[in-house]
Amino acid sequence: MTKFIDLTLNGISTGAIYAAVALALCLIWRATRIVNFAQGAMLMITTYIASAVINSTGSYVIGLVVALAAGLVLGAVIERVVIRPVENAPPLNAVIVALGLYTFLIAFAGMIWGATPRAFPAAFSIRGYEIGGTRVLFAPNDTFIVLVVVAVALGLAVLFRATPLGLQMRAAAFKPEVAQLLGVRVGRMFTLGWALAALTGAIAGILVAPSIFLAPNNFDPILISGFVAAVLGGLDSPPGAVLGGLILGLALSYVSGYEGSALAPLAALVILVLVLMVRPGGLFSATAERRV
Amino acid sequence: MLLTRSAPAMLEVEHVRTEYGAVKALDGVSLNVERGSVTAVLGANGAGKTTLLRTISGLVRPTAGNVVLDGEDITRRPVEEIVRRGLAHVPEGRGVIGELTVEENLRLGGLFRRRESASPDEIYELFPRLIERRSQPASRLSGGERQMLSIGRALVARPRVLLLDEPSLGLAPRLVAQIMAMVRNLADTLGLAILLVEQNARSALSVANRGVVLNLGRVVADQAPEELAADERLRHAYLGF
Repeated sequence: MTKFIDLTLNGISTGAIYAAVALALCLIWRATRIVNFAQGAMLMITTYIASAVINSTGSYVIGLVVALAAGLVLGAVIERVVIRPVENAPPLNAVIVALGLYTFLIAFAGMIWGATPRAFPAAFSIRGYEIGGTRVLFAPNDTFIVLVVVAVALGLAVLFRATPLGLQMRAAAFKPEVAQLLGVRVGRMFTLGWALAALTGAIAGILVAPSIFLAPNNFDPILISGFVAAVLGGLDSPPGAVLGGLILGLALSYVSGYEGSALAPLAALVILVLVLMVRPGGLFSATAERRV
Repeated sequence: MLLTRSAPAMLEVEHVRTEYGAVKALDGVSLNVERGSVTAVLGANGAGKTTLLRTISGLVRPTAGNVVLDGEDITRRPVEEIVRRGLAHVPEGRGVIGELTVEENLRLGGLFRRRESASPDEIYELFPRLIERRSQPASRLSGGERQMLSIGRALVARPRVLLLDEPSLGLAPRLVAQIMAMVRNLADTLGLAILLVEQNARSALSVANRGVVLNLGRVVADQAPEELAADERLRHAYLGF
């Protein structure tokens, strides 16, 4: 029973991080109908930036803020410079560009920061809470992770549901040409979508970095988990992405806890295949089919 | 003497040519739409009617010619800017955003005009049917309601020129008559210059001040509606009635 509770708590914490990555993928998918395979590399860059700032200033908060700002800029610049030319091209072009971007960013990070893994500080203690004399697998830092991701998800929900800007972003995502005819500056909405996605990714990067160490290739598994979570929830739906992240986090936590962690990547793959077979639109998506 | 010269038209299309690769979709089209009037653009499929509207609103770029809105040349301006100058384009197939609610669709129509835009309530007065559906996704609306929503949404920004692409498409005859009466009413009461593209030539001509017939990207007639309807040769060749 204790083990089950531990695994559940642990699953919620890692699931929150998957949810953040899934949200980032979902934002970009909604804005430009592109699956951003470079998301993991982008959040790796912003996490390196955070690490550099934290090391030189000694302040976690400053590092966090700078990384978020860097995420916004990185996302916007990538959309304008690299993605814009392929937005109206066949989908495969965007996939190739995203893969190229991934390779470029990994190599870039390796050149600047080297390939030696470095530790990344956690915001709060990673010693589990003590409840009734037993230490559970959930630490103050996990509380921080969950709260941050909840805040990001709520912030995005308010932006999309309750603000004129969010209304324009949704319109641009669903029917770009109609939105344009209603005076929406569609290009700007796409840029903003990428910027917000990179910001969300930057948050995920900082949250996951303490448990995986910082190295150019260390963020690839988190992208895969985030992708599975996003597909699980339906790439189109931000609430779906959050739920998908949680479900995947729990599932992988149970699998690695009861069957061994070596099986976790396989379990993620099995879940992905099952979802694509049974509900290709995602568990929480209103649309019936998808053209990925 | 000055009084006899009529003011320039609200919308002037001058010798516009639009090409898709080697295909000339529009080949030197000229027409005018006056304030408070309806100009019907008729013709078969592929005559260039939709391309004409898309060229005027900037969605496609003409290779020659000019589009003038209230005396200002808007040719080759970005769509968003043309829309901001008071042109509304209701695209073919209605362009309602099904994922948004009725009310969100309406609010979207006025965002760029901020305070000068009409409120959703003014539009509900015009289309009472939409009130009870205001918080439903627009995808649940019937064909007629979608048409009302897309026209209503175009009006939120208080445009001066309204381009309508086949508003009768797929509607029952009774609804077609209603929509056409409303088009006439918008021109009369709001002074809108309306360019109405239609396959349904008879109902379009019934509310138009001017009828323009397009064939393979050229204007083959630009006349008063009665004259068009009386011209048997034109009717048989291009209008199908």
